[in-house]
Amino acid sequence: MTQNAENVLDHFELFRGPEYQQMLANKRALFENAHDPAEVARIREWAKTPEYREKNFEREELTINPAKACQPLGAVFASVGFEGTLPFVHGSQGCVAYYRSHLSRHFKEPTSCVSSSMTEDAAVFGGLNNMIDGLANSYNMYKPKMISVSTTCMAEVIGDDLNAFIKTSKEKGSVPAKFDVPFAHTPAFVGSHVTGYDNALKGIIEHFWDGKSGSEPKLEREPSDKINFIGGFDGYTVGNIREIKRIFELMGIRYTILADNSDVFDTPTDGEFRMYDGGTTLKDASDAIHAKATISMQQYCTEKTLPFIESHGQQVVAFNHPVGVSATDDFLMTLSRITGKAIPKVLEQERGRLVDAMADSSAHIHGKKFAIYGDPDLCYGLATFLLELGAEPTHVLSTNGNKAWEEKMQALFASSQFGKDCHAYPGKDLWHMRSLLFTEPVDFLIGNTYGKYLERDTGTPLIRIGFPVFDRHHHHRYPVWGYQGGMNVLVKILDRIFEEIDKNTNVVGKTDYSFDIIR
Amino acid sequence: MSLASTQSVAEIKARNKELIDEVLKVYPEKTAKRRAKHLNVHEAGKSDCGVKSNLKSIPGVMTIRGCAYAGSKGVVWGPIKDMIHISHGPVGCGQYSWGSRRNYYVGTTGIDTFGTMQFTSDFQEKDIVFGGDKKLAKVIDEIQDLFPLNRGISIQSECPIGLIGDDIEAVSRVKSKEYNGKTIVPVRCEGFRGVSQSLGHHIANDAIRDWVFDKITSETERRFEPTPYDVAIIGDYNIGGDAWSSRILLEEMGLRVIAQWSGDGSLAELEATPKAKLNILHCYRSMNYISRHMEEKFGIPWCEYNFFGPSKIVESLRKIASFFDDKIKEAAERVIVKYQPLMDAVIAKYRPRLEGKSVMLFVGGLRPRHVIGAYEDLGMEVIGTGYEFGHNDDYQRTAQHYVKDGTLIYDDVTGYEFERFVEKIQPDLVGSGIKEKYVFQKMGVPFRQMHSWDYSGPYHGYDGFAIFARDMDMAINSPIWKKTRAPWKDAPRPSLMAAE
Repeated sequence: MTQNAENVLDHFELFRGPEYQQMLANKRALFENAHDPAEVARIREWAKTPEYREKNFEREELTINPAKACQPLGAVFASVGFEGTLPFVHGSQGCVAYYRSHLSRHFKEPTSCVSSSMTEDAAVFGGLNNMIDGLANSYNMYKPKMISVSTTCMAEVIGDDLNAFIKTSKEKGSVPAKFDVPFAHTPAFVGSHVTGYDNALKGIIEHFWDGKSGSEPKLEREPSDKINFIGGFDGYTVGNIREIKRIFELMGIRYTILADNSDVFDTPTDGEFRMYDGGTTLKDASDAIHAKATISMQQYCTEKTLPFIESHGQQVVAFNHPVGVSATDDFLMTLSRITGKAIPKVLEQERGRLVDAMADSSAHIHGKKFAIYGDPDLCYGLATFLLELGAEPTHVLSTNGNKAWEEKMQALFASSQFGKDCHAYPGKDLWHMRSLLFTEPVDFLIGNTYGKYLERDTGTPLIRIGFPVFDRHHHHRYPVWGYQGGMNVLVKILDRIFEEIDKNTNVVGKTDYSFDIIR
Repeated sequence: MSLASTQSVAEIKARNKELIDEVLKVYPEKTAKRRAKHLNVHEAGKSDCGVKSNLKSIPGVMTIRGCAYAGSKGVVWGPIKDMIHISHGPVGCGQYSWGSRRNYYVGTTGIDTFGTMQFTSDFQEKDIVFGGDKKLAKVIDEIQDLFPLNRGISIQSECPIGLIGDDIEAVSRVKSKEYNGKTIVPVRCEGFRGVSQSLGHHIANDAIRDWVFDKITSETERRFEPTPYDVAIIGDYNIGGDAWSSRILLEEMGLRVIAQWSGDGSLAELEATPKAKLNILHCYRSMNYISRHMEEKFGIPWCEYNFFGPSKIVESLRKIASFFDDKIKEAAERVIVKYQPLMDAVIAKYRPRLEGKSVMLFVGGLRPRHVIGAYEDLGMEVIGTGYEFGHNDDYQRTAQHYVKDGTLIYDDVTGYEFERFVEKIQPDLVGSGIKEKYVFQKMGVPFRQMHSWDYSGPYHGYDGFAIFARDMDMAINSPIWKKTRAPWKDAPRPSLMAAE
């Protein structure tokens, strides 16, 4: 008997016992109609070849292990960044269960969101009644200050009109006429979660600035010296937004974070469940029209939002998820230029410390090849930092990246001698990445949790940066933006490098002459 | 010691009824009327729990339920390891259900096994406008090209497929013919169908009936030599290895497990199942349909069993053995005797730490009732329970075999109701899913995920019970729960008081 009450064995150990091993071997031999192991080995080797890679890249319709999610997830993520706001997804309810689980698995936090629970009858007759009842129920039960509506693919295919539905619901008394119900159409078959973030955020800003769907006069802009900041879809929102606030405060900049979800994904455990916590106040969302400028930290998360804001008379600037020294320099200098505020000594010291740390460690990173995958902006930011460290971001892959992104990435590679043999892959997935890693191996892989399958199959050590990170805890609490964020990224990369060196040198009496205690 | 065990049954009943009235007050009238039917206090001796079930969720409430796609792809089909399951439609559904149920398997992923991969047709706007049948045909070709060792393909329809009227059955037939009768299964599990994942289970079962059983060829028949002791495990998804810690007991009692449905399952096992002498059914809700079908069509009896906790395991081993001869019955007794010392040791270690603790559950499938016995084996009491997607027959089984007088019952509980119930009752432990976990932990209530075993497991069988007991102890007696209130909040510090 394998199990032991004194030292309970769970799945990590239990099934390695001889009884279980024998049982599993019998199952395979007798019942599974398994392929001949030699044939499995042959195909396994074939799947590593350039020939397989070519076949794999010829694929036109099949997507395997994509590194992207769908629009409504991004809409929920943006919506919870506003004070007392309940995201309401118009469509079938199963989707909402998925969004809530997905976000909770990453942040280890509750995620509150409701749906209009549309089923077959709504598919035939439309979801108006679901909207009318749904808004009334949410409003009464969860006492929100705002309900932010987005759609699923179902509601989009049948063509439900949110603007008309919300108006009718208000007429029927579901929520008071003056109650804020911004909306955005977010079909899951267009774009990805970053598109959904963009659409929902634009929907909310448009609601406040452009007369709340015709129920109030449009706001008149009275220019102020404030700055709006938009983080974009960001798995590090908790650490990042707080870091950005600190930087603004150090510089003495008056600011509004639009869609500030740093608190709602980081509520304390103290005996109380806070369904809403923190967030951009609704007044600030309105007043944001008066700001001098709006800064988006992620261009591809704000492709519609920024032009909308710009059309209201503000300056707009977009970054690409800046990571590292020069990207942060650029960010701070832009802030300084726009606001006229000087970059304070404290930040200069932090910059010097990051440069110091990079100088101390760059010998271990210089010349190393990396593969990166993730959202388009994140990929750009990480590649910039690697080039700065003298590393080669050899394969940079973004399932939701487009042609323009590819060009931008290639231009970045062209700007550095370390980018000479680097390539960007828009619209490709992690099965493409697998072929790349087999045929053009790199030293390290950077990406989200799903990369662990690539690490297992190809032996490329994975550094977890991105969204989602399900299988490691609390990374989202540490910023990757700003000089201090750069330091976190640097340490994360170095830790993995040193761990590999130790792993490769720890064979007693054979390789352990290099098993050094000082590096 | 929990509040519940210091009160009489009459007091508990009165409190629970009051609680139900209280939560209903927040809803608009129409909603309150509908929700009232789903909440009740169990009366001993009644044949069911007195709640309505398997009805549409109310719009705008935070239901915990999923959809038909989740039931078919996420639960039933997804774990069949040597087939490729296409999430047909937009990218999201496949992404969110990717690897999240921990259906353990053994195999070479990406070569002859595909359980932790996400295959999707990644619908774009043009596919909605022009239809996706051609795309699907090409997806199947590309799968054949890149994954030659796949044993079959299933097509799991997402919402748009049914709405735009794609003919996935026709594509399946054509492609199956083109690939020499390859098993290609269209599954109409669009998320808007039905009221929860439950309909997805049923649709998935029907697809196995129509597209696997009805297409078994003489060649697949030849592969199999029957014995008198052949059984199939039905409705175990091998979460954290559950089906393995169950299978080992069945084999120890002399039975031959010819198929596992569907955790660590293979197409060959599905095809062999009609040869079983008995189907043994763990998750009744998800797979009673196919068990009934096999009984009608092939004359295979089925029996339900429960492998949570020693009391129920002993009962179940004897029940399963009763379908066979003395050799098996004696072997079952030997298995019970063999594991008794392990169970004694587990209970001796953990019961003193858990005695008298109260639990509230809210899960899917079988767990709202099946795990009650395991808690009782540890001296714990389940004081509230309910199903995400149970039907009336689940509540009958719960009432007749599991819950005690006065238990609070909540069907398709809303987030709001569940929070209020837990806040007022203050159980020592809540067992539910990821969406509930952090809500209750914030409230300072110990919690275990009873869908995924909180990434632990297995929980089934004797080996699993040891882990279950350890995990419940770990959750309830973790020192962290003494830290949820800052010490300065408990009693004002005299010096500060004086200073004011």
